[in-house]
Amino acid sequence: MQANKIIVQTEDFDVAAEYAAIANDNSDGAVVTFVGKVRDFNDGAEVTDLTLEHYPGMTENVLQQIAVEARERWPLNCVTIIHRVGTMHLGEQIVFIGVTSAHRKAAFAACEFLIDFLKTKAPFWKLEASPDGRHWVDARDSDEQAAKAWNNGDK
Amino acid sequence: MINVLFFAQVRELLGTASVQVDSAELTTAAELRALLASQNDKWAQVLDSDKLLVAINQTMSQWHATIKDGDEVAFFPPVTGG
Repeated sequence: MQANKIIVQTEDFDVAAEYAAIANDNSDGAVVTFVGKVRDFNDGAEVTDLTLEHYPGMTENVLQQIAVEARERWPLNCVTIIHRVGTMHLGEQIVFIGVTSAHRKAAFAACEFLIDFLKTKAPFWKLEASPDGRHWVDARDSDEQAAKAWNNGDK
Repeated sequence: MINVLFFAQVRELLGTASVQVDSAELTTAAELRALLASQNDKWAQVLDSDKLLVAINQTMSQWHATIKDGDEVAFFPPVTGG
């Protein structure tokens, strides 16, 4: 089992390089990756760019805890979480999650678990810019429900 | 002293990222919140939000959690990363 790779950075990340870094163990039959991007709308409003703020120190600790929790639930080999902060423009990458496992079910489930928990537990906040000005993104009940479903046994 | 940090719209609305508070008469996060909210109407409005969250020494905490001298206490809104 490899150590978790947890990084919070302003720079963009290279998906091919991150994939290559976790996909080199032949005991893993499954590699699942997720990339979150800046999209051009939110709640029906046009978005021009996005600024992410975080709580340095606490963020990295929470991401480590989430990765540890995922390992307690599924037999995983590599776990990579890279989350950007600062200002990102339309189409840019925000977050990368990469998970490897012997079998696909564990890798798929762990990847979804990691993004569901990251969205509700890690101290990141989004500030959206649109032609009408800037506003902080509200937390979604649906994200909270998705995270709770893992603990209720609904997923 | 307690080092108090504010993030996201809480930081923006208060106009400051951090304050130092004398911890002599404070025992819980809720008391710290009430003390800061009593400063003026603006702080009361921001800190009385029922969605406000608190972390003590970088761990998400409850309002009745104990605080002590030297702690880092952060107030922030629900998180929206990913």
